Amino acid sequence: MVKVIEVEPVTRLEGHGGLRLVLGDDGKVQDVQFNITSTRFFEKFLEGRYCEHIPRITPRICGICPIPHHLTPTKAIEDAWGVQIPPAAYKLRQLLQNAKQYSSHALHFYALAAPDFLLGPFADPALRNVVHVINQMPDVGKMALKMMDFGQKLCQAIGGKSVHPISAIVGGMKKPLDENVRDLFLKQIEDQVEWTKKTVDIGLKVVEDYWDVVANVGVVPTYYVGMTKNGVHDIYDGDIRIVSPDGEKFDYPPQKYLDALGEHIPEHSYATHMYYKPAGYPDGIYRANTLAMINAADKMATPLADEALQAMRAKIGNVPHHTFAYHWARLIELVESIEVIATLLQDDDVVNPDCKTLDVQPREGDGVGLTEAPRGILLYHIWSDAQGICKKANLLVATNHNIAGIEKTLMHVAKQVFEDKALEGLKLPDPWIK
Amino acid sequence: MVKEKKKSEAGKNKKLQLAFYWAASCGGCEIAVLDIDEKILDVVAIADILFWPVAMDFKYKDVEAMKDKHIDVCFFNGSIRTSEQEHMAKLLRKKSKVLVAFGSCAVAGGIPGLANIANREEVFKVSYLDNPSTDNPKKVVPKTSVKVKEGTLTLPEFHDTVKSLDQTVDVDYYLPGCPPTPDQIMTAVGAIAENKLPPKGSVIGPLKSVCDECRFEKSEKKITKIKRIYELDKIEDKCLLEQGVICLGPATRGGCDARCLDANMPCTGCGGPTPNSLDQGAKMMSALASILGLEGEEKMSDEDVQKLIDQVVDPVGTFYKYGLPTALINRKVMKK
Repeated sequence: MVKVIEVEPVTRLEGHGGLRLVLGDDGKVQDVQFNITSTRFFEKFLEGRYCEHIPRITPRICGICPIPHHLTPTKAIEDAWGVQIPPAAYKLRQLLQNAKQYSSHALHFYALAAPDFLLGPFADPALRNVVHVINQMPDVGKMALKMMDFGQKLCQAIGGKSVHPISAIVGGMKKPLDENVRDLFLKQIEDQVEWTKKTVDIGLKVVEDYWDVVANVGVVPTYYVGMTKNGVHDIYDGDIRIVSPDGEKFDYPPQKYLDALGEHIPEHSYATHMYYKPAGYPDGIYRANTLAMINAADKMATPLADEALQAMRAKIGNVPHHTFAYHWARLIELVESIEVIATLLQDDDVVNPDCKTLDVQPREGDGVGLTEAPRGILLYHIWSDAQGICKKANLLVATNHNIAGIEKTLMHVAKQVFEDKALEGLKLPDPWIK
Repeated sequence: MVKEKKKSEAGKNKKLQLAFYWAASCGGCEIAVLDIDEKILDVVAIADILFWPVAMDFKYKDVEAMKDKHIDVCFFNGSIRTSEQEHMAKLLRKKSKVLVAFGSCAVAGGIPGLANIANREEVFKVSYLDNPSTDNPKKVVPKTSVKVKEGTLTLPEFHDTVKSLDQTVDVDYYLPGCPPTPDQIMTAVGAIAENKLPPKGSVIGPLKSVCDECRFEKSEKKITKIKRIYELDKIEDKCLLEQGVICLGPATRGGCDARCLDANMPCTGCGGPTPNSLDQGAKMMSALASILGLEGEEKMSDEDVQKLIDQVVDPVGTFYKYGLPTALINRKVMKK
């Protein structure tokens, strides 16, 4: 008999998802589907809006990563209207983007992922959550809360609101950062760097403990999509970089995205399946998010993060396909974000009140904005009319880039689990929390 | 440090049983809950969380297995767009003593409610057929039921119209904001914990407008031209409306400490209508009409006011950004 396994909903996920797995009577995996059911179709209702209102609408695509959804359309409109922003605005936005990266990666590691590793995969589902982790490991829990809080408060100080920021407008930033406020954050940097290092230690211990899982489960060769600036990891500005399964790299300026990125429409999902156009669908299915970003980069932008990247590459190769290494890659990005924050907070440009140009004039045309959100590259293509009203929008959002890759990975892992009985021989550590 | 209470102790002094759910939403309301920071430890000390998909592993079947009214308070965010969301709204209503519409989407339809300017076919067309990055020669759009050799696969149905929570089920309280601020959330949690909830149907929030909380000076100055925010040349401590930028402060319920104005950006109305006002957009248009005019002149003719209001090219996005589904005129009329 055909057996259908459904996970409704997939939990501890930064969004809404459902999983359906079909097993045939021969025990073979026949189908795996990952469904995204919260699609709200922003593209249609951006039509007719004032372009400058778009950055205040689109953060609602993702309340966990609203900063990139605020900055990326702003960049797209600036591209369409030919607006140059002052250097102070560029740095403030970079700082804002990294503040979000820091809080989002800390949140993901501690609140979404860690319960699996600290309690083990066979723990009582009722306890396998961040509340239990905080109760059982209060020091680690409080540290995690303080890391998230630092990032969120910095987002609020620059963005005006931590969730659904408001301060970026076409031409720059509407809210200069006050020097006294900057100093308050600067004072906390030492602690935050320390806690980031502790987090990396915990992460590396987890990797070591679960080495059998990391090295053997879900090692799936795919293409990857990331963003780099001249080959260096960057989350605010740069070009699209595609990495082939065997490590070949292809760069595309954001405006040339249609040469690289295609969308396939499956009947069974409201989210589209993205792929690398020159390789076709499904061969060109790629993955996004942290490991993809790391695989795309020649090097990280900061010293400690680059050291961590080189250590990872020494262990699992230059273009690892290890799905469980996504957590590892996330920690490398976490290190980079706190290093970038520390550098920018010491840069007096971020407190320069001259952070907005008045040289802004709507014009007919289209523009593309690209950033890296915590869960993948984020691309906005916006068409403006002469009055600055949005005529059309094409949004390729972070998780959307990853859906086809997630499904492909799930199929691989389902076969390992149900056909090859891979779980039976795996070496698992004693849980940290029993 | 917070210790979990032992079962015997919990029996004597029963913890609050809470649930959180997200429907058509962005997850910002969940982050707003986490943004109460270490106070989350206080909440966890007085409450058990029975369902919270973003943070905990309880599934739909766990909720289905609960007795009716088993949950004391359910905080429900997101608007209702699909059959799955409608089902969860009905299920959680049945299982909860108190249902709180949490955040602008659940309260009024929210930003996803702007999709009511179109219907399902139109939104699908834009995203699946007319998109320059899609390769879709067979003109496929997702189907709620797909036949494959193993059987039939189903997807939740995508409705034509976005609804607020109370257009779907009975709602006890409303907590507006996009998202609600940590202070607003703690006020609501405090009222629940101390059993000091206002009458059913109340909005948990102050009776003032955003203008009442705004730091900018107002001088009763008239304006003759509506400006766009990027046109303001310098930052002044002056009412944005009086500088010519449309700010929904006069028509919007406060409780947010006018945080957008602190960033020199206008209010766009996420707090919903002020108390006793039926339609936020209508109130704002009347506020705007009263400020438009020439300095020193008694009153402009209706025709002149109309001409000035016509400068607003996008009235829906300007006046109904968070509440189109619950506005007096709440969607574009669709031809069958």
